[in-house]
Amino acid sequence: MMEDLHLSTGHELKVLMRDGLESAKILDALYARIDVLDSKIGAFALVNRKAHRRPGGGTLDGIPVLVKDNICVKGEDTTCSSKILKGFKPPYDATVVRRLKEEGAVLIGKANMDEFAFGSSCETSCYGPTRNPWDLERIPGGSSGGSAAAVASDETIMALGSDTGGSIRQPAALCGVVGLKPTYGRVSRYGLIAFASSLDQIGPITKDVEDAALLLGVIAGYDEMDSTSVDIPVPDYATSLASDVKGLRVGVPKEYFVKGIDREVEAAVKRSINVFKDLGALVVDISLPHTEYAVSAYYIIGPAEASSNLARFDGAHYGYRAPDAKNMLDMYVRTRSEGFGREAKRRILLGTYCLSSGYYDAYYLKALKVRTKIKEDFDNAFKFCDIIVTPTSPTPAFRIGEKANDPLAMYLSDIFTIPANLAGLPGISIPCGFTRSGLPIGLQIMAKPFAEETIFRAAYTFERNADIEKRKPKL
Amino acid sequence: MNYETVIGLEVHLQLNTVTKVFCGCSTKFGQKPNSQTCPVCLGLPGSLPVLNETAFLFGIKVALALNCGIQSLIKFDRKNYYYPDLPKNYQISQYDMPLAYNGFVDIPANLTGLPKRIRILRVHLEEDAGKLIHPEREGHSLVDLNRTGIPLLEIVTEPDMNSPQEAYDYLTRLKSILEYLKVSDCDMEKGSLRCDANISIRPSGESKLGTKIELKNMNTFKGVKSSLEYEVKRQATVIDGGEKLFQETRLWDADKMITLSMRSKEEATDYRYFPEPDLVPFSVDKAFIEKIRQRLPELPEAKIRRFMKDYGLSEYDSNVLAGQSEIAEYFERCAQVYENRKAIANWITGDIMAYLKTQGASPADLGVSPESLAALLKMIDKGAISGKMAKEILSEAIETKMAPEKIIADKGLSQISDSGKLEEIVMQVISKNEKSVKDYRSGKKNALGYLVGQIMKETKGAANPEIVNRILEKALEARQ
Repeated sequence: MMEDLHLSTGHELKVLMRDGLESAKILDALYARIDVLDSKIGAFALVNRKAHRRPGGGTLDGIPVLVKDNICVKGEDTTCSSKILKGFKPPYDATVVRRLKEEGAVLIGKANMDEFAFGSSCETSCYGPTRNPWDLERIPGGSSGGSAAAVASDETIMALGSDTGGSIRQPAALCGVVGLKPTYGRVSRYGLIAFASSLDQIGPITKDVEDAALLLGVIAGYDEMDSTSVDIPVPDYATSLASDVKGLRVGVPKEYFVKGIDREVEAAVKRSINVFKDLGALVVDISLPHTEYAVSAYYIIGPAEASSNLARFDGAHYGYRAPDAKNMLDMYVRTRSEGFGREAKRRILLGTYCLSSGYYDAYYLKALKVRTKIKEDFDNAFKFCDIIVTPTSPTPAFRIGEKANDPLAMYLSDIFTIPANLAGLPGISIPCGFTRSGLPIGLQIMAKPFAEETIFRAAYTFERNADIEKRKPKL
Repeated sequence: MNYETVIGLEVHLQLNTVTKVFCGCSTKFGQKPNSQTCPVCLGLPGSLPVLNETAFLFGIKVALALNCGIQSLIKFDRKNYYYPDLPKNYQISQYDMPLAYNGFVDIPANLTGLPKRIRILRVHLEEDAGKLIHPEREGHSLVDLNRTGIPLLEIVTEPDMNSPQEAYDYLTRLKSILEYLKVSDCDMEKGSLRCDANISIRPSGESKLGTKIELKNMNTFKGVKSSLEYEVKRQATVIDGGEKLFQETRLWDADKMITLSMRSKEEATDYRYFPEPDLVPFSVDKAFIEKIRQRLPELPEAKIRRFMKDYGLSEYDSNVLAGQSEIAEYFERCAQVYENRKAIANWITGDIMAYLKTQGASPADLGVSPESLAALLKMIDKGAISGKMAKEILSEAIETKMAPEKIIADKGLSQISDSGKLEEIVMQVISKNEKSVKDYRSGKKNALGYLVGQIMKETKGAANPEIVNRILEKALEARQ
């Protein structure tokens, strides 16, 4: 039993600790696991060997949580898995980290990620790629690939990711775990190193829905340090979980079942929709007509904001500075040329171009209009349904290197997750089956802004009632 | 050729809020470098701005005092450019929707022109940048980010000024309004008020604007005026010489009194403005604006009109007194306890303001309260002291910070107005100066002046001149 502690969920460990289990035992089990596995998986950017339980108790007392490398932890390397931030130790905690600490969580390390969260495969990290625990030749998804792979391989109990266009949900789907992107404004972004400020949200990646509810309950809430956080009371997500979807209206958008989608993924999602029907939900066909423009709009708005957000990494104040610069301009140019990877440079160039005088109206302004249209699509759809169910990703995990040199193919990995970011909606990915070759498939559930409770209820009911095989990766 | 000058001004004003515009750091001037910073104003990764409500409120106050319309939706934008004093490499500013727009400032008539209305194009709120220090011969530069994030208000005029003097008058009136609102120190030397100018000239009668030159680096209002005067001449010389002007930015060199080219328009940056996603746009309630409007203090123009009407002062005196809110207040306190307002105005606009100017002091630093000044003036009226003595007492009071009444008492300086005593002295002087008495009687009336002088000499200046004159004339008549 004791040596299987790493397999447990957070809520299971809470019960065990109440009965006398020491949290150090959990950490020992995880360290042992990390030592054996992580050289193969590469989920960690940094392992905190000195992690320990803090006095004071709390909701997550003694429970290890892995934090994505773009979330500031005071005094600990926070690098966005980029060379340009190597050695950067923030002098402050992100609000979510402060809340984790206040609730007794044990911070076990920093999770590997695509550099600055630019990617869907976790191949662009300066620490090297993260591999999918279900098939080490495949990617875990991204950009929160380290968080998802660590949860899937039981190297941590829970993790935090961040989601700008699917970066929590897509890796959760590809690694067979639960990942929630909360409503924009539900969780403070203070201390999250920004990719695209109007799209970014921090959220939980966990082994089951109950843990996701538990973790969201801790990190959610208004923060006066983040003007975009919203002052709406946080429900007790974990205790209000109910296994009941009778009468729940489940919207199925026809635009999410198009050509290019993997047939096994499509079949699994359709089966899942029938599960909801069998459990008493009402399935409604809906339409989100502007879906096809979402990826294009996203790849203008995201890079535009990123080009500005990443301007501060210039070698002048912190992080990497190129040696032997001849003057200020030379320092900027060399630092940024040497410090950023290819994808980061691509997005900075793209965003800079879109915001440039003469192009702003044609690109950025147009993208904002598309964004409004996509929001309106959802507003209309939610008149007829309470949740929207779709595939999380059009394909299961692909091979390492398969799309690394084809940015357009890579960008399409997020085709089903991007709309929720553009519209600011909450969305979850939960496991809904496996391909014949044994790769996990994810089901996405979206709801109205701040309707995370509805999402949890649907996801929890599905998790308990759908006949999905409980498998662990063979490692 | 004759040219018409066209000038527009951009003023950057540091608001004197206690904390910075997007974080809680202190705005105090002159502190140890980088001691007033936090993750937000250092632009550290992950930090986020939160708008300081007071800075916003001050901005609205200024906008209303400048007769502007207020934007119904307040939105911020990012202005992107790279410089080490700007740690995020973008400045949070306002672009297409400034806080306020379409206002005006009326400047008074001056020696060269009539009263005039200068239109305000826009007023917007933004954050200040830090400071770079370049130690000599050390091969590196240092960055001080204490100033980063201090709230700045940018106030831009239409190109409505047609002479350097009008530009100077506009700045003077603007500063006066801002001081009344108590929203800024308005100290150009400390950099809490900065001014850039756009200037062009065109042949008189021409309707098309000439080539615009931007001037920077002026550190005083006089410097603004001098740089514009220099530019008017320089541009005219260029055009008269058959050459063309090119749009550029020039720096004012206050030592050499010339402008030098800094960069041409071709090198102008594309700032790639876009809406600041970290700050949520918010709408402004009309009732809230009205509440602020009602709470605005009396502004210079209204005060000038009131001084003219209530105290019978000249327009000139009213302008000078109302130019600074503290001077105006000093005057009014004095006027409450002393009837002769013209006399108060003369004393304040004369000796007192001259002293304040040379010392760079404010009325609050003055050792002489308005009530003491009134008391001094009353003593002149009673004949207890002479005007000349009053001047000396005032200057001593200012220097020593002693009450004027005490100085008079301590030195026994009060004027000899006792007729009996003065008559005695007059008689002595008459008997000692028979020649002058003879001269006077023979019609040389200026001999009287000499005799008065002798009496003053006897009394060491303490004799009341009016009484002396009366007694002396009477005595000279009687003897005839």
